[in-house]
Amino acid sequence: MSKYTEDDLKKELETKEYEYGFYTDIESDTFPVGLNEDIVRAISKKKEEPEWMTEWRLEAFAYWKEMVEPEWANVHYEKPNFQNISYYSAPNKKPKYDSIDDVDPELLETFNKLGISLDEQKKLAGVAVDIVMDSVSVATTFKKTLGEKGIIFCSISEAIKEHPELVRKHLGSVVPQRDNFYAALNSAVFSDGSFCYIPKGVRCPMELSTYFRINQAGTGQFERTLVIADEGSYVSYLEGCTAPSRDENQLHAAVVELIALDDAEIKYSTVQNWYPGNKEGKGGVFNFVTKRGICEKNAKISWTQVETGSAVTWKYPSCILKGDNSIGEFYSIAVTNNFQQADTGTKMIHLGKNTKSTIISKGVSAGQSQNSYRGLVKISPNADNARNFSQCDSLLMGNNCGAHTFPYIEVKNKSAKIEHEATTSKIGEDQIFYCNQRGIDTEKAIALIVNGFSKEVLNKLPMEFAVEAQKLLEISLEGSVG
Amino acid sequence: MSLKEKIVSSYIAFEDHLEDDSPIHELRNEAIKTFETNGFPTKKEEAWKYTSLNSLLKNDYSILPRKADHTIEFKDVKQYFLHDIDTYKIVFIDGVYSSFLSETTHDAVDVCLLSSALSKSKYKSVIEAYFNKAAKQDSLTSLNTAFAKEGAYIHIPKHKEVEKPIEIINFSTGNEAAILLQPRNLIVVGENAHVQIIERHQNLSNNEVLTNSVTEIFAEKRAFVDYYKIQTDNKSASLIDNTFLSQERDSNCNVHTFSFGGKLTRNNLNFFQNGEHCESTLKGITILEDKQHVDHNTLVHHIAPNCESHQDYKGIFDERSTGVFNGKIVVEKDAQKIDAFQQNNNILISDKATINSKPQLEIFADDVKCSHGCTIGQLDEDALFYMRSRGIGTKEARALLMYAFANNVLESVKIPELKRRINKLIADKIGVSLGFEL
Repeated sequence: MSKYTEDDLKKELETKEYEYGFYTDIESDTFPVGLNEDIVRAISKKKEEPEWMTEWRLEAFAYWKEMVEPEWANVHYEKPNFQNISYYSAPNKKPKYDSIDDVDPELLETFNKLGISLDEQKKLAGVAVDIVMDSVSVATTFKKTLGEKGIIFCSISEAIKEHPELVRKHLGSVVPQRDNFYAALNSAVFSDGSFCYIPKGVRCPMELSTYFRINQAGTGQFERTLVIADEGSYVSYLEGCTAPSRDENQLHAAVVELIALDDAEIKYSTVQNWYPGNKEGKGGVFNFVTKRGICEKNAKISWTQVETGSAVTWKYPSCILKGDNSIGEFYSIAVTNNFQQADTGTKMIHLGKNTKSTIISKGVSAGQSQNSYRGLVKISPNADNARNFSQCDSLLMGNNCGAHTFPYIEVKNKSAKIEHEATTSKIGEDQIFYCNQRGIDTEKAIALIVNGFSKEVLNKLPMEFAVEAQKLLEISLEGSVG
Repeated sequence: MSLKEKIVSSYIAFEDHLEDDSPIHELRNEAIKTFETNGFPTKKEEAWKYTSLNSLLKNDYSILPRKADHTIEFKDVKQYFLHDIDTYKIVFIDGVYSSFLSETTHDAVDVCLLSSALSKSKYKSVIEAYFNKAAKQDSLTSLNTAFAKEGAYIHIPKHKEVEKPIEIINFSTGNEAAILLQPRNLIVVGENAHVQIIERHQNLSNNEVLTNSVTEIFAEKRAFVDYYKIQTDNKSASLIDNTFLSQERDSNCNVHTFSFGGKLTRNNLNFFQNGEHCESTLKGITILEDKQHVDHNTLVHHIAPNCESHQDYKGIFDERSTGVFNGKIVVEKDAQKIDAFQQNNNILISDKATINSKPQLEIFADDVKCSHGCTIGQLDEDALFYMRSRGIGTKEARALLMYAFANNVLESVKIPELKRRINKLIADKIGVSLGFEL
């Protein structure tokens, strides 16, 4: 291979098309476009929800009508017209499969293209997969194994029907309906999502995972995830996304709520690879997500995310450290290319005594993209001996992209210890030279450096996911990882 | 009538008194319009998220300066000057120039008044070239521009090294129950010229004072500017300080801010690096108690390549005080090879004290080295114990640690007399004198 420079890499990055763009033709039963009270009622009815749930949605819709879209984020895009979206779409043959053989073959083909083989995963990885295809769960596996432990892992619509007491108690307790514009919208129209309950003292024996897909043209996807870890329990939850190529912008406004009761631990990992738009910056998914967890006494919540997709990302997985001695962690890699824009980070709200939080955020920008870290560390007056460590590093490739850091630190307690560090740099020429000198070509050298740069976060991903995360990084930074 | 309305209506009266041929007449009219549209900033604005002006705006300030009936005796205010060394002095009492206390010059360098620079034709070209050229057109700066009439005018020609420091001191006497002061300083430092300037605001009574000051500093090629802000006002005075530095290539500008006094202090410190190889240093020590509030809002805008900037702000916060640090580094696309560093360290002494820190980086160039660090912590218990076990009292041990904490900033003060003074101010503020100098 002739001399491969950073410029070549850049060119390659720019021209690398989205590999996983395709469209599956499954007859969907889609609602007319637009949003009003009737649509909210219709969604609720369609999902055979109880009266209280319908009321809850309508309440959220009432709040939403009063709200305006937030504009403070460091992203610029054409605002979606909320009356131009269809708020419900479900695969037509709403089946309840017992085995994987019953699944629509076309759907299976979709997953095969993504490299996700259900049965293979079932056997080899031991991962229970709750697949969300256009808003409705179509397959849930390993339910029985989990059932024996008393673990509930199902779609949220099923949970509303079968475990109303749990859902009613916890839904909206971490992210209230009126929390923000997109959370309110989600609360009103959420179509489906996952629900997970780990009973007292149970250690979930396997990684729980969900694959999200946006499939139907012009369909907004509004996922709602609720994970409850009861006292002393442990769960590791994985979430991964890819989306097909589509020219018109698609909206994704999800809400994830985590509740870690006393001594519980939740590990929530995300690999996000929604369609980022083509290299002219046309199309792509708008990803406006509200993710938040609450920690009771001695509890721990750990967020890990790998963000490589979406045209616009607006996402701040947060921890409310309410109980004494609770721990919050946030590990993130955000890679942006072409015209992608990401404004992501976390909030660590320290309320209890001896609470600890760690923030490690890595940003890689290439092409014309803009990558921002926005984080809040707040120490309330009663949070004695709170401890925080934050580190935000950015890597820039080329001078058409930007990296930004907006950390907010608010401290009202004298015993707090806060450290924040941020750096921005490019790949050092001396580092590349060092590798070249030892017979490693430039491409490999860049790969090594980017890999090393992200390692701190990649290491936090569970085994099964780390492989996929590397794969996804490849799409954004082709040839540089490996 | 709200303060804003009062200001806007006073403007008409103010304009009437001015001579018509003032070269900045139109600037003023535009500026008052900007202020009228935007009003005083509120907490809803991102840049003012942690600082509210509401408590200041309810006072009935007198807006136009009047000649004071009685002058102050030099012996009463001697302590506020660097009286041990020879300096140029530009002194204002309640916004009016005091020739008695001042010591200005036109010998080779111009150290005089903005009012005379505005009215005399020989300064016209300088005013046209520089006045209001670096200042941002935000609401408070515009308010100052609209009423800009008096302040320091310093022009150092090419290759001139000013042999003694220049002091700019603003006194307020309490003649009025509440007064709004709006000094406007213009400082032009020519090619290869050197200057040291010390700026101070001092309220001599317990009446309310709100100062909305704007200072523009232009550093031409290879110019060297050393600027010190001493903020030791009493607790009935509030200060909004807007400073803009525009740097040309190879220039070196340092601004030190020592915030120990005042009720509410807001420092908007802006650096614009227009040429290559500029160096900028922003340092500050903040020591607060009671309900004091100090907000440092810094901006370093790297427009040209191969420049450096260093920021180092230290804060010690006691009782119910609030400290805000909002530092921003912007690196433009063409500004490659930038080395920008920003550090903010804070110590909280009391449970009621608050720190809000927001260090920001906005980087559009790839070949840069930018970093920031922010820490919030306490005095090291082990170090305290170590000293106490060797017979140093708790109070002294704590003071020693605080001195050490602030020393990084203090040691770069280049005027020995000033350094000695600041040392004393710190000793007074923390109530312990170490008996030696660091």
